[in-house]
Amino acid sequence: MREMIISELTQALHDLARGFAHYLPRLIVMLILAFVGWVIAYVVKVVLRSILTVIKFDKLSENAGASQLLNKAALPPATEMLSRFVFWVTWLGFIMLGVSVLGILGLQEQIARFFLFLPHLFVAMLILFFGLLAASFFSRAALLAAVNANVPSPRVLSLAVRSIIIVFILSIVFEELGLAEQTMLVAFGIAFGALMLGLAIAFGIGGRDLAQRFLEKKFVRRKKEENEDELSPL
Amino acid sequence: MEDETFLTDDFLRQLINVGEVDILVGLPTRNNAKTIGSIVHTIQSGILGGFPRERAVIINVDGGSRDGTPELVTGISIDDVRPASNLHALRTLHSISTNYAGSPESGVAFRTILAAAELLRAKACIVMSPESVNSESDWLSKLLRPIYRDGFDLVTPTYRRHKFDGLLMTNLLYPMIRALYGVRIREAFTPEFGFSNRLGSQFLGQNGWADGTGGSGVELRFTLAAITGGYRVCQSFLGKKDHVERRAADLVPTLRQTVGVLFSALESDFSVWSKVVGSQPVPTTGSDQELLLDPMRVNRKRLRQMFSTGVAELQSVFQSILSPPTLEGLQRIAALGEEEFHYSAELWVRTVYEFAASYQKSVISRDHIIQAIAPLFRGRVCTFLGENRNASANDVETNIEGLCLEFERLKPYLLQMWKSRE
Repeated sequence: MREMIISELTQALHDLARGFAHYLPRLIVMLILAFVGWVIAYVVKVVLRSILTVIKFDKLSENAGASQLLNKAALPPATEMLSRFVFWVTWLGFIMLGVSVLGILGLQEQIARFFLFLPHLFVAMLILFFGLLAASFFSRAALLAAVNANVPSPRVLSLAVRSIIIVFILSIVFEELGLAEQTMLVAFGIAFGALMLGLAIAFGIGGRDLAQRFLEKKFVRRKKEENEDELSPL
Repeated sequence: MEDETFLTDDFLRQLINVGEVDILVGLPTRNNAKTIGSIVHTIQSGILGGFPRERAVIINVDGGSRDGTPELVTGISIDDVRPASNLHALRTLHSISTNYAGSPESGVAFRTILAAAELLRAKACIVMSPESVNSESDWLSKLLRPIYRDGFDLVTPTYRRHKFDGLLMTNLLYPMIRALYGVRIREAFTPEFGFSNRLGSQFLGQNGWADGTGGSGVELRFTLAAITGGYRVCQSFLGKKDHVERRAADLVPTLRQTVGVLFSALESDFSVWSKVVGSQPVPTTGSDQELLLDPMRVNRKRLRQMFSTGVAELQSVFQSILSPPTLEGLQRIAALGEEEFHYSAELWVRTVYEFAASYQKSVISRDHIIQAIAPLFRGRVCTFLGENRNASANDVETNIEGLCLEFERLKPYLLQMWKSRE
C-alpha cells in the first residue's frame, strides 16, 4: 500500500516535471517574444512619434476637431495618443504570438480572430480621422458662407452640417468594426430621419418668417434701401 | 513655343492670315452683346486716331457667349467709324475672334491674348474691358503710347472715381502692395491695361498656367510680375470710371481674385519684398487719382452689424488665424455702438498682416482664410465711410495716405511673423 502511494506520487511528480519540461521552452519563447515585441513596439512608437511631430500631425488633428475631442476626454494629444495606440497594438500582437506558441487549445482561434480584426480597426480609425477632418472642413465652410451671406444663426447651420457628417461617419465606423450593425443601421436611420424632420419642421413652422424672408431675399427683387451698402470693392 | 499648342487650329490660321502687327488689342468677352458694339467702335476710333500708320489687330477671346458677342465683334466694320470721326487708317485693321471653354476667371482669355501677341510679335498690347461702357477712344493712346513710344513695359490706369468706389483697392490692395513691393501703383488689379511684348512673353513663359494658379486674378499676378521682374511700370490717367454694379455676394469671389492672389504671391516673392524699404511713386501721366464727392446713401449700420456678427460667429476660425491681442481688439470694437465704432488703421493693418502670415502657413484651408476676411473688411469699410462722410477729396487722400504709411510702418511686424511662423 505504502509503496503504491509512493509510486503514484513519484509518477505524478515525473509527469509534472515532464509537462513542465515540455512547456518551459515554449514559455521562454513566449517571454522572449513578449520582450522582443516590447522593444520593437517601443522603437515603432518612438519613430512614429518623431514622424508625426515632423509632419505636424497635432495641427492636422486640431483642424479636424479631433484634438478638441481628446481634450474634453482628458486624453493626451493626438500624436501621443496614436503613438501609444500603435505601441500597444504592436506589443499585444507579439504577446498573442507568444501565447499561441504555448499551444493552448481554444486560444488559437481567438488569436487568429484578433489578427483578422486589426485591419478593420485601422480602417475604422482612418475613416474616423478623415471623417472628423471632413466634418470640420465642411462645417467651417458652411459657417463662413452663412456669415458672409448674412444668414441668421450661422452656427446652428454649421453645427447641423457637422452633426450630420459625424453621425454618418460613425455609422460607417461601426459597420467597419462589425459592432451592432443592425442596431447602428436602425439608429442611424432614426437619428438622420429625426434630424431632417426636425429641420423641416423648424424651418417650415418655427422659422416660417425666416423662410419667407430667405425666399424673398433669394427670389424677389430687393428693395433699393437694402442695396445701399453694396459698394463696388474694386 | 509650347504655349501656342493650346490655341485652336482655326485661331492659329486666323493669326497666320493677320501676320505681324504693331498694336494688339485684346478683348475678353462673355455675353457682352449689349455693350460690345460701342467698345469696339471706341477701339477702332482709338486706333484710327492714335495709330493710323501702325498694323493693328483686335483679338476677341470669348468665353462661350450665347448672345452673339463674337459675331458682333468681327461683324463691326471700321467703315462705320470712319465717316463719323473723319479718320483713316493707312493699314488694315484686323478683327478676329476665338472662344474657349471654362470660366472667365480661369485666365485662359488672358493667356490666349499673350500667346497671340507673342506669335504676331506685337510691339505694344492692350487689354480692354467689355464692361467699360464709358471708355473713350483716347484711352488706347493713353495706355499704348508709353509702351510704343517711351519704352515702358506696363501701363496701369488711374481713374476719376467716387470717393467710396473701389474700397478694397484703397483700404487693402493699394496700401499693401505699396508697402510690400515699394511701388505706388493705384490700380494693380484692373480690367484695362497696356503691356509690352517683352513683359507678355516673359509672363507667358513663367506663370504656372498648368497648375491652376495662373487663372483667377491673373491680372494682379501680371502686375506683380512686372514689379518683381524689374520692368518699367507707369500709370496713365484715363478719366471717369463708371461704378460697376456689384452685389454684396460678389465680395468673396473678388477677395479670392485679389487678396488671395496677393497673399499667394507673397510666398514666391518673399526674397523681393522682404528687402524693400519704403515706397516710390511711379511715373504717371495725368492725375494720380481724382475723387468725386457726390452724396451717396450707405447703410453703415448693416455693415457694422455684419462685422459684429462675423467676429462673434467666427471666433473659432479667427483663433486659428489671429494673435490673441488682435482678436481681443476686434472683439472689443465689435461690442461698441454705432457711434463709437472705430476700426483703427493700426488694428486693420495688423489684422491683414496676420491673415497674410496665416495664409502662408496654411493654418486652415487657404480659401477659408480669404472668406474670413470679408466680415472684417466690412467693418473697416464702415469706419472708412464714417471717417470720410463729409471729407473733401484732399481729406480722403490724406486718410488713404495715412493708411499706406501705417502699412509701411508695420511691415517689420509682418516680416517678424513670417519668419517666426517658418
